[in-house]
Amino acid sequence: MATVQDIEIGDSAARSAQAAAELQDMQGEKMVLNMGPSHPATHGVLRIVLELDGEVVTKADPDVGYLHRGDEKIAENMTYTQFIPYTDRLDYLAPLANNVAYALAVEKLLGVQDKLPLRCQYIRVMCCELARISAHLLGLGAFAMDTGAVTVFLLTFTEREKIYNLAEAASGARLTTSYTRIGGLMRDIPPTWCAQVQQFCDEFEVSLAESETLLTRNRIWVDRLRDLAVVSKEMAINYGLSGPNLRGSGVDWDLRKNQPYLCYADLEFDVALGSVGDCYDRYLVRMEEMRQSVRILRQCLQKIPGGWANEAHEPVSIPDGKITLPPKQKVLSSMEELIHQFMLVTEGVNCPPGEIYFGHENPKGELGFYIHSRGGGVPYRLKIRAPSFINLSILGELMPGCMISDVPVILGSLDFVMGESDR
Amino acid sequence: MQAQTEQTEFGYNSKIEGDVVLTTVDAALAWFRKNSVWPMPMGLACCAIELMAAGASRYDISRFGSEVMRFSPRQSDCMIVAGTVTYKMAGSLKRIWDQMPEPKWCIAMGACASTGGMYRSYAVLQGVDNIVPVDVYISGCPPRPEAVLDALMRIQAKIGTQPILQDTVIARALNLQGTSNK
Amino acid sequence: MTSLEAAKTIKAKFGELISEPVEFRREISLKIADPQRIAEVCGFAKSIGFDYLVDVSSLDNYGDDPRWTVVYHLRAIVNGIEIRLKTDVNEEKSELPSVIGVWRTANWHEREIYDMMGIRFSGHPDLRRILMWEGYPYHPLRKDFPLAGKPTDLPGVAFTRVTPMAGGPFVTVAGGNDSIAREPRVRIPEEDEVELNARVEARGDNKAMRGQAVGPGPIKKQ
Repeated sequence: MATVQDIEIGDSAARSAQAAAELQDMQGEKMVLNMGPSHPATHGVLRIVLELDGEVVTKADPDVGYLHRGDEKIAENMTYTQFIPYTDRLDYLAPLANNVAYALAVEKLLGVQDKLPLRCQYIRVMCCELARISAHLLGLGAFAMDTGAVTVFLLTFTEREKIYNLAEAASGARLTTSYTRIGGLMRDIPPTWCAQVQQFCDEFEVSLAESETLLTRNRIWVDRLRDLAVVSKEMAINYGLSGPNLRGSGVDWDLRKNQPYLCYADLEFDVALGSVGDCYDRYLVRMEEMRQSVRILRQCLQKIPGGWANEAHEPVSIPDGKITLPPKQKVLSSMEELIHQFMLVTEGVNCPPGEIYFGHENPKGELGFYIHSRGGGVPYRLKIRAPSFINLSILGELMPGCMISDVPVILGSLDFVMGESDR
Repeated sequence: MQAQTEQTEFGYNSKIEGDVVLTTVDAALAWFRKNSVWPMPMGLACCAIELMAAGASRYDISRFGSEVMRFSPRQSDCMIVAGTVTYKMAGSLKRIWDQMPEPKWCIAMGACASTGGMYRSYAVLQGVDNIVPVDVYISGCPPRPEAVLDALMRIQAKIGTQPILQDTVIARALNLQGTSNK
Repeated sequence: MTSLEAAKTIKAKFGELISEPVEFRREISLKIADPQRIAEVCGFAKSIGFDYLVDVSSLDNYGDDPRWTVVYHLRAIVNGIEIRLKTDVNEEKSELPSVIGVWRTANWHEREIYDMMGIRFSGHPDLRRILMWEGYPYHPLRKDFPLAGKPTDLPGVAFTRVTPMAGGPFVTVAGGNDSIAREPRVRIPEEDEVELNARVEARGDNKAMRGQAVGPGPIKKQ
């Protein structure tokens, strides 16, 4: 005899209504997600504690300091020249720019910024602009890779290898160049360097156009970036943003134009400004900045004093024995130069007591050095005003309200580097 | 009584004939393993950029088998510590190391990971070998990508001479003993 | 408006609270006598156009009283003028008002100063360590904290050990008058009278110079 059993199966709507009723006390609970410090999309060791309501971020608390190496305390125990390698490792995507920034800051303290030989200034500008292209390329490549466009990463790295070749030819090292010295440069550029830069400029414009075809009018890219994390002008100024982040919000502030240093006043270039202040604007500002950097490079190649090979032996360092090392032949034969060499190497450049602040337009923003000196060759206090540190502080304000898949996009558009942020 | 076995690159064992088949299998397994070392890039600082350059198209690391730079410790073989390890980061690093399944290897890339580098300060761990066992140290600040590839090849050589099958469950079930230690 | 005019406007408003503007390398600095009024002065500075806070730094005048100096760099974005405000805080109090109400960017700057120097900011919504971890007992940038660090242990969070300095850092003492005074090269300020005296001597122990920038002058010969 078959048994008959009655089974009740409510319809799905009723079932879900019942489940919702049961889960009432569970709803509204937010999930805390820890992002980092080891995470592919955080561009270094950044930890963000995200509070999520489903997929929407309700709170974001960035936790920095995972790369805090004690640079400022080390600076109090190093001579000014001994600190130059540490500046390489601040924004390690653009070490040449950091070197130039630091050298200019100490030269401002010494009061010799306007005594820099013109050839030195042009080479420093070229190094800064190459560093700018290099940093923006990596920022763009990593940003695109995190958003999903992996090809761009490989394209940008190919161009960066060319910049590495240039850096290696000039200074001896690909990444950590330590190229500048207080009062000048480590050495003059090799005779074939300018030709290589020109070749790079030609090739780079083609490659940049290629990356742009892949991204700028790409439907997915635009949809992911547009109207995301809008930073208004007032907010950008209030939060102390700088560099492309500030200009992406429409604030016309570029230290190369507003507080010109080196020979930027003699060079023609435009400053890219955004209009909306969203991620797409910041991306476009960076792309345009790279093109303007190529423009600056071409002008420098035309105008560099001494020409490409420097047959006239224009100096690249201030010829003052109290600031820069004298030529070696003189050191080994003349007393005064020997004393200068000895004092500079053992005690460092004797800076007057006083304090200065010098801000430099780095690719990531305004890299500033506040040097408080009490005489001698060792700074009493060196404070590094790191643009990435300050740009990161806006995260707590930007992230709430967006989805979790927007988080890597926002991080990529802010383009920070932790070596600089944590020092 | 354990005879001294010499483990060579090809696993040929001349002393004990009974092990010949196993060690050839070992050699084959080791060949599989060493040509597919998936790195866990612990990219902390500037060395991470050179690591990325090693993974990019000029110094392609994937032709050595490290096809994917998996940021998931559960799916990777070799942790490449690239950059300065601060005391604040040390705990997370150790935790990630512990999460990696055996067999795992560690490359300390650069001066900062090997010994603390030029950062002799209050916040920097003087060498990642204080917390994880390192197999290969790469010097340089940062080391060139070729140096990273060289280190990877050394790891591959190390894997090539490791007895594998002897440590498996099958071997233990068959009561076969290994002589070298991991 | 130039920096000097802005400085004079601020001085005119607050009178005795602000010092005379000091110029060095074309930068103007003002000293504020009472640190408790810093937020007021900053609020006024913002109202006359200094809408951008560039940097907040701290200084440890080790061996002097007041021990701390907090330095604010302000900028007006619209015309690019800059000014520096400084204020001294003594060690017993080690506290001054936060300027986060004036510029939101001061949030992280002040957290960093608290972390590195130990100066507290009243009115700060979330004053906790930012570069070191919560529970780290020291303030590393203080002059009496050694570069090599001190051993600490916070189980589950982090640990620190003393770094082997191997005799370094290898810098001679600036301002020492003879080579004997300049050696040995390893100096620990609180134990070394020669180093402390050398630094005092180099400054000329000029009380007017304490914490102040001086005007342009010749580089002093040794």
